Amino acid sequence: MFDPIPWLILSPLIWATLAFVQGPGRGGRLAVAGVALQLALAATLAQQIIAGGARVYAVGGWGAPLGIDLAADGLSAVMLLLTQAVALPLAFYARAYFAAHAAPLRYFWPLTGYLLAAMNALFLSADVFNIYVTLELLGLAAVGLVAVAGGAGPVSAAMRYLLATLLGSGAYLLGVALLYGVYGSVSLAALAPLIAADAPTAVSLAAALMLLGLMLKTALFPFHFWLPPAHGNAPAPVSALLSALVIKASFYLILRLWFDLFAPIASVTAAQFLGALGAGAVIWGSLLALRQTHLKMLVAYSTVAQVGYLFLIFPLATGAAAEVAASAWQGGALQAVAHGLAKAAMFAAAGAMIAATGRDEIAGLAGVATRLPLTLFTFVLAGMTIMGLPPSGGFSAKWLLLGAALASGQWWWIVVMLAGGLLSAAYVFKVLRQAFLPAEEAAHFKPLPRTLEWPAFLLALASLLLGLWASEMLNLLGAA
Amino acid sequence: MNAPLIYALTGAALFVFGVTGLMLQAHLLRKILAFNVMGSGIFLVLVGLAQRTGIPDPVPQAMVLTGIVVAIAATALALALARQLLDQSGEMRLPEEEAGKDKLDV
Amino acid sequence: MSLNETLPLLVLASSLLPGLIIFSLPEERHILRSLFNLAGATLKLLLIVYMLWGVLHGEEYVFRYTMLPGLDLLFVADALAMLFVTLSAALWFLTTLYAIGYLENSPHRSRFFGFFSLCVTATVGVAMAGNLFTFFIFYELLTLSTYPLVVHRGTEQAMRAGNVYLTYTLGGGALLLIGTVWLYGLAGQVEFTQGGVLAALGPEYAGQLQIVFFLLIAGLGVKAALVPLHGWLPQAMVAPAPVSALLHAVAVVKAGAFGIMRVVYEVYGVEFAHALSLLLPLAVAASVTIIWGSLRALFQDDLKRRLAFSTISQVSYIALGVALFGPVGTIGGVVHLVHQGIMKITLFFCAGNYAETLGIHKISEMDGVGRRMPWTTVAFTVGAFGMIGVPPLAGFISKWYLGLGALEAQMPWVLAVLLASSLLNAAYFLPILHRAWFRPRTETWPEEHIPMQKGRETAWLLLAPPLITAAATVLAGLFAASAISPLDWAKLIAAREYLRWVP
Repeated sequence: MFDPIPWLILSPLIWATLAFVQGPGRGGRLAVAGVALQLALAATLAQQIIAGGARVYAVGGWGAPLGIDLAADGLSAVMLLLTQAVALPLAFYARAYFAAHAAPLRYFWPLTGYLLAAMNALFLSADVFNIYVTLELLGLAAVGLVAVAGGAGPVSAAMRYLLATLLGSGAYLLGVALLYGVYGSVSLAALAPLIAADAPTAVSLAAALMLLGLMLKTALFPFHFWLPPAHGNAPAPVSALLSALVIKASFYLILRLWFDLFAPIASVTAAQFLGALGAGAVIWGSLLALRQTHLKMLVAYSTVAQVGYLFLIFPLATGAAAEVAASAWQGGALQAVAHGLAKAAMFAAAGAMIAATGRDEIAGLAGVATRLPLTLFTFVLAGMTIMGLPPSGGFSAKWLLLGAALASGQWWWIVVMLAGGLLSAAYVFKVLRQAFLPAEEAAHFKPLPRTLEWPAFLLALASLLLGLWASEMLNLLGAA
Repeated sequence: MNAPLIYALTGAALFVFGVTGLMLQAHLLRKILAFNVMGSGIFLVLVGLAQRTGIPDPVPQAMVLTGIVVAIAATALALALARQLLDQSGEMRLPEEEAGKDKLDV
Repeated sequence: MSLNETLPLLVLASSLLPGLIIFSLPEERHILRSLFNLAGATLKLLLIVYMLWGVLHGEEYVFRYTMLPGLDLLFVADALAMLFVTLSAALWFLTTLYAIGYLENSPHRSRFFGFFSLCVTATVGVAMAGNLFTFFIFYELLTLSTYPLVVHRGTEQAMRAGNVYLTYTLGGGALLLIGTVWLYGLAGQVEFTQGGVLAALGPEYAGQLQIVFFLLIAGLGVKAALVPLHGWLPQAMVAPAPVSALLHAVAVVKAGAFGIMRVVYEVYGVEFAHALSLLLPLAVAASVTIIWGSLRALFQDDLKRRLAFSTISQVSYIALGVALFGPVGTIGGVVHLVHQGIMKITLFFCAGNYAETLGIHKISEMDGVGRRMPWTTVAFTVGAFGMIGVPPLAGFISKWYLGLGALEAQMPWVLAVLLASSLLNAAYFLPILHRAWFRPRTETWPEEHIPMQKGRETAWLLLAPPLITAAATVLAGLFAASAISPLDWAKLIAAREYLRWVP
């Protein structure tokens, strides 16, 4: 049987290196071909997992504990599919976006390739140290991408991001060191049965350090300070990649650690605390998004808010009945995927609007409804998932989370979710309202190539259709 | 108190120093150095805690080697960015957060 | 997939696809656009006629798709659904004709007609929703697709109205969402079932069910413009006349009233709702709305605003009929869903004609307009008399059954509400008619857009729709006893709803 697992990591490494050697211009075509191949590989892997359950792959034939194992289950497959499915339209989009300026292209494609390689490797990692390495590589590539366009704003945003991400992975690695000190192993599969409710304090400390580090990287409130400048200042394709995928990678790890590794020592108090931070993110992020005057900053703060919903999984699923926990977990995973697709679409649409109007302010959007109907439509469709309106993927996620909150009697999360939904409607419509106004006399709209509008539209459409196909995704997610 | 614990505690202290420096120092070079101190602390914990049996365990050694490579790469990137920032703004420090960006009372 | 499964989807697609195609058409292809629009509207009507015949003969049109485990998208074309579907499809056809005439040469018509078709799709989805979840989906889609029509003109006032509209409707949607999720948690999939489904839950759930009922009615009451949730409706009148006519007199407010109907009859079951003593508060809320809307209407000089307050008042007749325990009250409520629709759309069409032809927006500018635009004013008069409840017009039939229903439900005070409301209706409609017919014209028209041509008071496309709906108002009243009248269909529905109950 053909095994797609190693190729999911090798493919982006190969095309990234080739793109670097070839220089700007041809790199884009390679990237598109490479990502398309990866999408096919991820789909193959997903099918294999649905048919035959979780997979383990020993790199070079050397299994754990000496060698490195790669593993894939339903959740990994979902994240891998999401990554490639977001990256492919964005690759087309980036080609069109950078067609105008040649300079940033030199590093964009190689860095994107390394980013995808690190991310795919992260989703396939089976031990906590390997996760550290992939996490660090992912962070470095992401920082490079933020700075790819040069200029004082992006470079200082990148620097801030770099320091935050290094601090995060440092805390994570210290946790790994403690775990190894206690159990003498880093393999997830070997550690899981060892950690019991009466584990030593060092293990709790390790768990806290690892989770803190990952929360910093996920930009969970109040660790979100680095995200808006980094995502708001980067070129649109980069913002889309970072907001849609990179923060999901560290969230994926939190999910894994909490439910697979630390479940026996996970307390209800800690879960409620994580949920409270999530609630803070939903409210604070949405309020700040509403206050922004620049389009991309608004979208970036919306990411801060949407990350908050993800953390509602923990209070809803910890210490609850199995059925409620499953519903919360599925809702959270669905929200991660739906937000990934929608946020990529939203940033891409924002980039297209900015490219056409030549202005980054929301005030400059008057007339967009008439001149760029497709892009505005994209923004609306993506906005439906962000607002959690039916029948989008975001709505299905919210439905599951609300159901779990009601079933476990935790009504306070319902209030948070509904308030967040209304606030997000307020900031999405803030943009739409401006776009419906008649264009100013002096406004000059640059015609856009189709490849700058359609990829974003397809992403938004996917986030909407996810609502209708959620059963299929949950099916894959449940395959163990 | 046995040797592994001493190593580990020293490592932990270095980590705390490093984190403090990373957060509180304004000069970028100091921040980058603080990051390296933090990294060294972690490596010390990793190697120190693991030698309970008295025989050196090869796995943490390998992990620390990998960690050092990663840290060098990160340091290089940080220095490159700091250099660019110096070229563009003439300062080796991050600009203050733009007023009001993260505040509601704009 | 069998034909019976496909038909509900086809009914949806017959307005969704033209809408999407219209979006992509360039602004100047107006003939092609009208062609798609009318083809869609005609096709929808044909499909519906076929289905009406089927429903009458006991056919079932059901489409089911599982979105999440235990969460189905369900369309059912039952008798109640068909009533609302038929009403919206028929009025959509007329309004499309009207809108083509009304918006001639105005900008952004592709966008307008595109969203208009989406709105109709959402309304039909609301009508055919077979469970509360599906209902909620289309209820929210209706909010989203009407927003661009409210702000269509892009003026400062329109934008403000759009904000108000969104605040109310999205807030209501959130309440409806909690209620729905809650019910699903308690009772599994809440499918609309004649006689209701919740009575099967034990008495220990009564408290929770009362809270859920309140949440659901508050959520639906926003669109149904129950006082004090009605604030958006008068503001939304800045939208172009066809939007006010179809959406804010028929589709949107009816979606709310229709939802109340579904919740009371087919989720809770009218008996069970009565047992939980939920009907009396609903009746009181509806009565307050009826009186308050009429009182406010008295003091409006802007014609469309007066009509808007009148809508607020009249739509609550439907909720009132629902709240009257007993089949006769039900018949009154259900039939008013149709009657109010055709009467109110007539009035809005006429108001649009006055504005579009002569630039008349205010009642104080209407002196002598009857002589200049006799046909429009005749239609307006029919609509107004219908609203007042003059026999033998459609409005009389509704009020008659509501009154009998009140007696049957042993709530005689409702009669006083009906009487007061009719007097108030007369008080705010008759002065308009007096000005239009009997006051002489002393000055020139505010802004004459369409001059008198060969005895034709305005464009054909503007004149025909109100005349047709006015005729329908007369016919629905005159031939209420015939087999194809709305009343007869309402009786069929009431008979089915009370199937298990009627002794």
